[in-house]
Amino acid sequence: MTMTPTATQPPPSPVSASPIRGRANRRGDRIFSGLSMAAGILVLAIMAGIGLFLLVKAVPALRVNTANFLTSSVWLPDNTPSRFGIAALAFGTVMSSLIAMVLAVPVGYGIALALAHYAAKRIAVILAFIVDLLAAVPSIIFGLWGLAWLMPRTFGLFAWLNDHLGWIPIFRNDLGVYTRCLALAGIVLAIMILPTVSAISREVFVQVPPAHIEASLALGATRWEMVRMAVIPFSKPGMISAAMLGLGRALGETIAVALVLSATFNINWHLTEPGGNSFAANIALKFNEAGPTGQGALIAAGLVLFVLTLAVNIVARLFIARRAAFSGAN
Amino acid sequence: MALSTAGPTSSLHQTLTGGKLPGWAPWVCAAGSVLAAVALIAVLPVNGRAQTIILAVLLFVGSQTAWSFAVEGRRHAVDRLVTTLIYSAGVIALVPLVAILATVIIKGLKVFSGYFLLHSMRNVSPLHPGGGVYHAIIGTLEVVGIAAIIGIPIGALVAIYLVEYGAGKRLAYWVTFFVDVMTGIPSIVAGLFVYTGLILTLGWQRTGFTGALSLTILMIPVMVRSTEEMLKLVPNELRESAYALGVPKYKTILRVVVPTALSGIITGAMLAVARITGETAPLLLTMFISASINFSPFTDPQATLPTFIWDQIARGTPASLDRAWAAALTLILIVVLLNLMARLLGRVYRVK
Amino acid sequence: MSLASATTDIDESKEKRAVKINRYGQLASVALVGTLALAACGSNSNAGSTSSASGSASGSGSISCASGKLKASGSTAQANAMTDWINAYQTACSGATIEYQGVGSGAGVTDFINKQTDFAGSDSSLKVDSEQPKADARCSAGPAINIPMVGGAIALTYNLQGVTKLALTSQTIAGIFAGKITKWNDPAIAAANAGVSLPSSAILSFHRSDASGTTDNFTKFLKAAAPAVWTYQGGKSWTAPGGQGAKGNDGVSTGVKSTPNSIGYVELSYALNNNLPVAAVDNGAGPVDPTSETASKALASAKVTGTGNNLPLKINYNIKDASAYPIVLVTYEITCEKGLDSAQAALVKSFLTFTASDAGQSKLSTTGYVPMSGDLLTKVRASVEAIS
Repeated sequence: MTMTPTATQPPPSPVSASPIRGRANRRGDRIFSGLSMAAGILVLAIMAGIGLFLLVKAVPALRVNTANFLTSSVWLPDNTPSRFGIAALAFGTVMSSLIAMVLAVPVGYGIALALAHYAAKRIAVILAFIVDLLAAVPSIIFGLWGLAWLMPRTFGLFAWLNDHLGWIPIFRNDLGVYTRCLALAGIVLAIMILPTVSAISREVFVQVPPAHIEASLALGATRWEMVRMAVIPFSKPGMISAAMLGLGRALGETIAVALVLSATFNINWHLTEPGGNSFAANIALKFNEAGPTGQGALIAAGLVLFVLTLAVNIVARLFIARRAAFSGAN
Repeated sequence: MALSTAGPTSSLHQTLTGGKLPGWAPWVCAAGSVLAAVALIAVLPVNGRAQTIILAVLLFVGSQTAWSFAVEGRRHAVDRLVTTLIYSAGVIALVPLVAILATVIIKGLKVFSGYFLLHSMRNVSPLHPGGGVYHAIIGTLEVVGIAAIIGIPIGALVAIYLVEYGAGKRLAYWVTFFVDVMTGIPSIVAGLFVYTGLILTLGWQRTGFTGALSLTILMIPVMVRSTEEMLKLVPNELRESAYALGVPKYKTILRVVVPTALSGIITGAMLAVARITGETAPLLLTMFISASINFSPFTDPQATLPTFIWDQIARGTPASLDRAWAAALTLILIVVLLNLMARLLGRVYRVK
Repeated sequence: MSLASATTDIDESKEKRAVKINRYGQLASVALVGTLALAACGSNSNAGSTSSASGSASGSGSISCASGKLKASGSTAQANAMTDWINAYQTACSGATIEYQGVGSGAGVTDFINKQTDFAGSDSSLKVDSEQPKADARCSAGPAINIPMVGGAIALTYNLQGVTKLALTSQTIAGIFAGKITKWNDPAIAAANAGVSLPSSAILSFHRSDASGTTDNFTKFLKAAAPAVWTYQGGKSWTAPGGQGAKGNDGVSTGVKSTPNSIGYVELSYALNNNLPVAAVDNGAGPVDPTSETASKALASAKVTGTGNNLPLKINYNIKDASAYPIVLVTYEITCEKGLDSAQAALVKSFLTFTASDAGQSKLSTTGYVPMSGDLLTKVRASVEAIS
């Protein structure tokens, strides 16, 4: 929440009656308020520290770079001359995250609606538990499972897509090989961000004023019409924000993608062919063997990723903040 | 069932008093579509379990919607269709979860045992079975524990500042903004920061403590957000009554507001802890892995479950891969346990 | 509100507080007991899992133990060999704890330079202009030295149904990985494999997605043995187009294992551990199977390019010997000749003496690695002896 939450502004501090207790109380107040303000400033300091350090480490590498950082796909920072660019990384990151969004957002909304307005109490509890369990699975296990269980089972689907929809570039596959592709990474990411999307959407859906819901039902609306007319218009900003927070999580996912992707540095629109790379996975795979310039280049890529997720999160929060007046705090 | 003697002239009359599908209709549709799907698959040049299921679902949706359209009218048909879609969303969520849990349990149980939980990897060859994750469990608990000890109070204090003291102030605006920024930090960037800042620049050794610091960075924003939400839910009337009785502000916060929100805060804290327990990337950069038991997070290398799994995968032997799956099972169990504790504690401390 | 009801209210709240304290207390005591049990229960002793090789028993008596704690990091290629050595050493010398983390050669050197570790394992020797001076500075008293300790062979593992023996010439290998030879029944491959029925399917090649010394040495071989065909950059990162990347030796071996008609390059020990078939390589003198012996022969022909106790090697990838396997690599232990803390120096020297001993080096051949031999081994032992 960005700006003033007017509905929840606490009332001003009181003045204590007794003078002696008053002094002690004022001191206690000063200490405590100072402490909490210090905590807030600490957050700013950490963020400034992160930004500063990463910038300082990235700039020397950027200076030495002879290729265009934004449009080149090559990644050879430790060569002489040093050449590196993030085009392929950006493509892979954005593509896999988009696939994740397309798959996870509708399902997430559906689950949230089920939990909020459709399911009976007992089923809702079980469903919520399932979704929370999914959120609890660590990302390294997603990577392991993606390769061991999921990948072989996607071959049939990708082959079918190639056979019947191959005239669309993203479904086309000229190699007959479907392992370790951006589409697989997208599916794994979709499963990972599903709990995020559904949890946040659910929170928004339950905040719809019961009066609106009951009014529409009283007028004879079916459940779907009630949702369509009362819940969704009210929750739209929150739904968009949930989708964007899911997107933010997908953009930054490291380990699962590093294990699953084939990590090549080219822009290939055939998403079911092996290949693809993402910012975070690239850092994980290359950082340890990188020389000083290589490390700087990876940090520069990390900064780009950071800015990207920052932008997505800001937009998401803007949407939520617009509904601050209706928040359920008071 | 038509009520009045006047015939069904207006469409409004029809929909208000129109027919309804009998209660057994969905079940009949389901059974019918399954049978039809099986029959069709046998005939068509397509086969496979997944294809059968997809065909059955499509037939179910089609038949139920059509039947409902005929009997109940367009609005109710659309309503049934959407209900089906929404329930199928729930089922879709179920599939990967069951698949993941089943895979981890089946593959993990091969090596998982009491011995596995209580022994370290000291002197165990990567080529042969044996050894366990005791040292990794200790490491995970300690590293996560330190991150929690640092992160929970800081997060709670920041949230208190934002809600109680900072409303409307410029500093609070920037703090909120940067907490948002912090929620978006990819985990590997947090690890990079601790690595380049503390380890490379200041020359610190890689220990459990540096790992914990990188996890703290990831934990603080989650903690701030959830605590903030909980504090905002406390009704202002409670605060006002305390002030009216002459209670100073800090005591109000500590004795009235926080206890009221405590169950939610604890739930949020434990969920944040459960989340960082599974983080791998920052620990790979900031910790030095050990094979032996080490109780001190401040000196000497320490193992953690996620880095243990990563290391065992990299060894590339069948025995190590088995250990990796068993460690994955251990990790999921711990995270699920933390989640359950979060809910339990939330219920225990809830203000009745 | 009457006095009586006020009193009962106070009693009730006392009771509630008592219940609350009781509840807190219960939870706290459960947590405490749990923690104590956890702390007391675990054990570092793992029964008899230290290898089937008889070498461990015969050699351990001759280790002169030192005690203390040692940290080392670096190459993943030697990680399994290191673990075996560490296990044998720790079993014989219970007062020592040695930790080796396979973070990659580059990170290992960085760790060593930053005093995070006592020695580094690296697939390439210290770069003379950039890394050697920093390493020398880290070792305040004496120079930093590269001691070759673990040899390895890079095997070409493949997945072809029905094909149990495959021979490839260096030119063919370069052609496959450069994307110029695309089908298994290409005449070049068929010529080297008379009598073997090769399918007409496309060749799916695997390379490393992460940066690694294995890639570095493999591309050096390709450039030396088939410069006309392999025109790409060398180095730790794979630069040729096409093929699939997988993370780590483990990723490539798993990839090849699960993908029909595929081929990939892995460290020999990984292929052996996963029971993968490996191709014989013909560098001009006939096909040679990758084994510890044939690779050891090739390593023995490497030239030492350093001075004194510093032993960086220049490997001859062009070796044409019917009993030498040409695609080899060597992992160096990089440490200070003089300049480590005395306790650390003693432990490093004692450990490396063990690894360079007959008992240590013989362990390598049982696990798919390549031992040092002959003149080189003598020089290695002399370098270790000089550590102080």
